[in-house]
This record gives sequence, C-alpha cells and structure tokens, in this order.
Amino acid sequence: MAEEVKLFGKWASPFCCRIEVALKLKGVEYEYIEEDMLNKSPALLNYNPVHKKIPVLVHNGKPIAESLVIMEYIDETWKHNPILPIDPFEKAMARFWAKFIDDKFWALWPGVKKAITSSGEKEREEGIEEAQLHLNALETQLKEKKFFGGEKLGFVEISASLLIWIVVFQEVMGVEILTQEKFPALHKLTQKFVDDDVFKQCVPPWEPLVAYFKAQWGTLAASK
Amino acid sequence: MAGNGDGVTLLGYWASPYALRVIWALKLKEVHYEYREEHLPDKSPMLLQYNPVHKKIPVLVHKGKPLAESLVIIEYIDEVWKHNPLLPQDPYHRAKARFWAKFADEKCVPAMFRAFSKVGEEQVQAAKELRENLKTLESALEGKQYFGGETIGFLDIAVGWIGCWARMNEEVAGVNMIDAEMIPLLSVWFQKFLELPIIKECLPPQDKLLAHTKEFHKMLMMAALT
Repeated sequence: MAEEVKLFGKWASPFCCRIEVALKLKGVEYEYIEEDMLNKSPALLNYNPVHKKIPVLVHNGKPIAESLVIMEYIDETWKHNPILPIDPFEKAMARFWAKFIDDKFWALWPGVKKAITSSGEKEREEGIEEAQLHLNALETQLKEKKFFGGEKLGFVEISASLLIWIVVFQEVMGVEILTQEKFPALHKLTQKFVDDDVFKQCVPPWEPLVAYFKAQWGTLAASK
Repeated sequence: MAGNGDGVTLLGYWASPYALRVIWALKLKEVHYEYREEHLPDKSPMLLQYNPVHKKIPVLVHKGKPLAESLVIIEYIDEVWKHNPLLPQDPYHRAKARFWAKFADEKCVPAMFRAFSKVGEEQVQAAKELRENLKTLESALEGKQYFGGETIGFLDIAVGWIGCWARMNEEVAGVNMIDAEMIPLLSVWFQKFLELPIIKECLPPQDKLLAHTKEFHKMLMMAALT
C-alpha cells in the first residue's frame, strides 16, 4: 500500500518544526498543509477534535497529535536512523529531558508575555526575570552535559530546537533574554541548530518569523 | 550503600497517585522491588540525590540508575520487562495511549486540583471543566471494557487513580466531579478498574486517605484566606 503522510502545520510554529526535522531525518516524504489558525480547516478539526491544534500527522488516514507523541510515532514507524536511543534507560532519560524542556518553555511564556504586554519598565523587567528563572534551570542542566547524547540530532536535540524561538522573541521585544553572557551553554546550543543542515531546511526564514511575531504581539499588547 | 544492587527500588509516598501508578505497573509485571517511603514534606538525602532536578517521588532505581516522572518510569518498566505488555504493539495505538495519558495529566488533573483547592466561581468553573474533560476522555474507551481492550494496559493504570481521588475530593470539597449521568461508560470503567484485585490491593487505606485529604483541604482553605 502506498504510504500517505500528511503534516498539518503552521510555518511559524516550533512544534511543527520539530516534526519536519524528524520526518526529514527519516527521509519520509510528506505533504505539508499550512493551517490558518484563525480559520481552521474542517480537516484539522476532524483530525484533532480534542485540541484543535497543529501539528497533526496523518499517516494513511490515521491522525496523531502532540509533537512529542508524533515524534515517538515517527521513530517507531520508520525504524532506520533512530531518533530515540535503543537502550531503555537512555531512552527514558531522553523522554525525561524532552518533557523537562517542554515544561520549561511553557513556564517561561507567562514571563515573556508579561514583558511584551506591560506598560511599565518595572513590570517588563519582572517578566524578563521570571522568564530567565526557567532559562536558568535549562542552562544548569545543559551545562552539566546531561541533555545531549552526541553530535547528531536526536530526540532531545529536536525537542530543544524550540529554544531558537526564544532568540526570535528577544529580537521582537528588542531586549535580550537569552544572552551569551548569562546562558553560554544555551546560546551555544541555539548556534548548533542554526548551523545544522537538516535543521536549516526546517526552520522558517528569520526575517519573516520576526515580523510574524511582531504582528502577533502588537495585537497582544493592544488588547491588554 | 542503600539501594538494591541489580534490583529495583521505588521511592514513593503512600498518598501519591503518581507513585501508585508505578506500583501498579511493577505489580502487573510481577517485578520484585524494594519500596522506600518518603516522609514528605521531609525529603531524604537519597531522594535529593536521585532526583536533583525535581526532588519529587516517584523515583525508580534500577541497577543503581535512577529514573523520575511516573509515565517515563512506566514506559521504562514496559520496555525492560517485556511480558504482560502495558502498551500495545502497534505504533498508532501506542501513540493514542500516550496522547490520552498526556491529556488526562494536563487537562483533567489540574482541573480536579483547582476544583478541590478553590472556592466560589473559580471552583464552579474548574469542576465544570473537569467534568467536560472527563467526558472527552471517555471517548477514548471506544466501547471497550478497558482502555487496553479486554485487559488493562498503560492508559488504564495512567488514569485509573482519578476515579479514587476524585470521589474523595468531591466529598471533601463539596463539588461534583464524577457525574455518572454525563460519563456513564467512564464511571463503570472507574468502578471495574478499581475493583480489580491487583489494583485494589495497592490502593492506600481509604480512611487514612480521606483523613489526609481533609487535612490537606483545610490547609489549602486557610492559605487562601491569608
């Protein structure tokens, strides 16, 4: 039976980017469908009725949602070039760190949002400090070299790629959150992604990405 | 040195549903393990050493190597001890099980906690959200006896504890969480699951858990007033 792989995504989404990296590493051909999140397609609502979000992978008509769940599915379905380690303990550690990264990313978002939407300098700085608290947690673990296996992109590295979006956020906000000085290990990691051949194909172009978030947050700040 | 050589040690807490679901996994796999009770809120040096990132239970130590996060631990147990598989073999069904476990942990459990710990309108909204999310979870049963099919599996042990804790929380916080009319199939499943001998024998003593829940609620209500 011919394989039919579709990915419903949003070009500016770090979660969608993860899936594209995973599919490219596996050499899986897929059809990409861009979703307008303000005008979701009937197909998306049908394939992800629970969350109504992207990314959604549809393989031979069967939908899978949630980026880390999708990544595991991809690894189990196309077994060459494994993304997760083979050893059960190493695999468990990879799952642990991917969850940690996701939790920290969501945790720093309120601080970022506060910084964007605040009218006062003090509140803005508070927001940045709150965000940096969670970045600190990531930096500490990364510095102790606990995160990453080797040179190639694996499950944890692919999951961590969403950290590039923090660099995007700071360009949009015109303020440095993820400074090389305060977060040398994280900074080095984001550079690793920027230099990687596969990743380069999947990350959206920089200028449009910055412009997109500027527009989004202009709305956020105005609505406050 | 404390630990169990090549064996398995579980650091847990008697009133923790997260430790409980790991215990269920170990029991279903017939794994011999040493159980070490943490006397929370005090944390043992062993716990702090083995889970420096989160400093929480449960922690599973196998051949001297520690793992944290209950669902990560359960998947590890499933992969190391291959008999009585918890997750299905097929990648699509595995993905569905993982999706729903994540949904329960991220959508049902926080709503339940808010319905338990808040008052007034916030509590009403949280309870409503919980009931709706449980309704959504019910759809994952797909007319089967258990989430795992004819027998219990990963998703059953991942979410089954909610049936026990929700009933206790309902009684203490005075708000409806399990609406049998709204979730007839899930209600039946909760009952059946919690009555299974291998599941039931691991539950914390119910009178002790009720007293603990009342204490906890009192503490939360007092904290809310300050």
